[in-house]
Amino acid sequence: MSSILVQVIVGGLLLGAVYALFSSGLTLIWGMMNIVNFAHGDFVMLGMYAAFAVWTLFGVGPFVGAPVAALVLATLGVIVYFGLIRSVMKGPMLAQILGTFGLALLLRYSAFWGFGANFLTLPGDLVGGTFDVLGIRIQASRLLAGVVALLVTLGLHLLLTRTSLGSKMLAVAEDSTAAQLMGIRPDTMQAIAWAIAAAATGIAGALIATFFYIAPTVGETLGIVAFVTVSLGGFGSVPGALVAGLLIGVIESVSAYEIGAVYKDIVVYSLFLCFLWFRPQGLMGKM
Amino acid sequence: MRLKRMLGLLCAASISVLLAGNVSAQDKTVKIGGIYPLSGNAASAGTHSKAAIETAVEIINNAHPELGNLPLAKNAGLAGLGGAKVDVVFADNQGSPAVGQNQALRLITEEKVVALTGAYQSGITLTTSAIAEKYGIPYVAGESVASSLTERGFKWFFRVTPVASDFARIYLDFLKDMKAGGAKVDNIALVHENTEYGTSVASVITGVFKDNGLSIGLDIAYSANTTDVQSQVLQLKDKQPDVVIMVSYTSDAILFAKTMQALDYKPALMMADNSGFSDPSLIKTAGKLVQGIFNRSSFSIGPPGSPTFLINEMYKKRSGDDLDDTAARTMQGFFVLCDAIDRAGSTEPAKIQAALKATDLKPDQLIMGYKGVKFDEKGQNTLASGLVIQLQDGEHYVPVWPKEKAVTAPVLPYKGW
Repeated sequence: MSSILVQVIVGGLLLGAVYALFSSGLTLIWGMMNIVNFAHGDFVMLGMYAAFAVWTLFGVGPFVGAPVAALVLATLGVIVYFGLIRSVMKGPMLAQILGTFGLALLLRYSAFWGFGANFLTLPGDLVGGTFDVLGIRIQASRLLAGVVALLVTLGLHLLLTRTSLGSKMLAVAEDSTAAQLMGIRPDTMQAIAWAIAAAATGIAGALIATFFYIAPTVGETLGIVAFVTVSLGGFGSVPGALVAGLLIGVIESVSAYEIGAVYKDIVVYSLFLCFLWFRPQGLMGKM
Repeated sequence: MRLKRMLGLLCAASISVLLAGNVSAQDKTVKIGGIYPLSGNAASAGTHSKAAIETAVEIINNAHPELGNLPLAKNAGLAGLGGAKVDVVFADNQGSPAVGQNQALRLITEEKVVALTGAYQSGITLTTSAIAEKYGIPYVAGESVASSLTERGFKWFFRVTPVASDFARIYLDFLKDMKAGGAKVDNIALVHENTEYGTSVASVITGVFKDNGLSIGLDIAYSANTTDVQSQVLQLKDKQPDVVIMVSYTSDAILFAKTMQALDYKPALMMADNSGFSDPSLIKTAGKLVQGIFNRSSFSIGPPGSPTFLINEMYKKRSGDDLDDTAARTMQGFFVLCDAIDRAGSTEPAKIQAALKATDLKPDQLIMGYKGVKFDEKGQNTLASGLVIQLQDGEHYVPVWPKEKAVTAPVLPYKGW
């Protein structure tokens, strides 16, 4: 294998890790309360702006920016849950879809109004620039995003499967009335789920901001991939999103290199549709 | 219930106020529609275009004798229409040809604009101008360069900017000159986004180069709102072309700049076809990563005190940035349209169309470095021209070619970061 092809695959894996990180919050919300959050991409966009604000105001990178973004987004998540989700969940499916879609537009256009249309970027060497491993160039910022994607996935997985909070959250997801009878407050659990999921998107945004551009529409650009990642991985499965993200990243990179960049989406989406034909629940989802 | 009724009353009241405002102002203002990407991926360019048009409106509607021979600047309003003020209704095309089309329809049928200008992306100028053509409303494009736009036999479409074929010729002559100076230009790669703009500019460049003994060895098409360009940069790194020509919008241009640095790739000579690489927000965020990139332009700010310098100051107050080539071409297009309306002495579409056809502006009446403005039967300005500029310090483009217009000599090889 030529060294350039290795570089293409490494690049694809790092890109895939970012997709996975980007998608983790989306899949968590679905797993907890069967809601597709169409504003997900715009949550990430706000995380990016939060990291940018931290850097502008205090001159520090994502090690401070990511926790701050997580906190800001967690707060927003709770507000969104009590302000919007709790009421639309009682309505028909369409109200839920359009509710979060409306939220997406509200956030996006507020960003246009508040931050302007100009593109922003963080300095490229904020997270240690780029280094060489056996002739393969690896961007430290992308590697960090990849490592954090793994940690976030692992953390969310452990939280759901190994802690009493996780069990309570899953209990509410399974049967909210029964959970209530057992002394669990569904409202609190779902608000916590929103806070955690939104915090994960905040972290994702802060890390993606170190190597991507920041603009009000960036959530839209990255958002479509997130939905594909989540449905390929299996709605609700956090580890599934990780595997799916890596898979999509590598397929995109290799097909863009071998066949051509304009064809990569055709390759990815046709493989995706074929896969769903055979396994509609996704890689690790349950029927 | 009571709240609902009150809301209803409020709505009715505000609508009637709006309508009343319209009626009383109708005979004193000339309404023009401006369709630009005010949201979506090209919003940065769109808002700069909007600021350029607003600056032009400020110049037209107020007396600015300090701006020399620039038409409509001397007195307030349009003299040909008894000092009528110009009012621009902006519409957001959201970066989508379909949305642009709907907005054009709305501006013509509901806002009753007398003419249209826009729409930045060639692919959207294509659809919006088709609506104007159908309704017989004059359409002036200040910045869209896809050659196909003036090849449709339209009668209401006028384009002030130089087109892709003019620029392809400039690139060709420039590269041949560089070759004469010892640079290698035999192996050329063309990297372009895949909507109307990138595709048509790429095919024109390929055609012109081929007819003149330079060939494009590598053609990389990609989607402008892509999330990643690593593979494209690696394709370049693999093939090692002597020259890379980029036809990009802003978000993708930023990704290319960052990815080229991350993957440590730089060609010996890199050129950009305006748009993304001219966007002030690219220069601010990634200019230091693409030092030495060549670009095309028809605008320069000029010495202090000159009309273009003063206009730039006004524009800067509004937008916070210097006037870039794209926004300046938008502004020039708008001036040409308003000059025609002024000479028509009427807001009747047919009279504006006739006045546009009769347009004959001289270089000293323009803000751009064109040889003039005069439309051929296709509606294309035959006197449009441009030059090659270089981002030598990563902050400011300077004219470097042709020699008689150059401020400094071109610097090779491409420096990058």
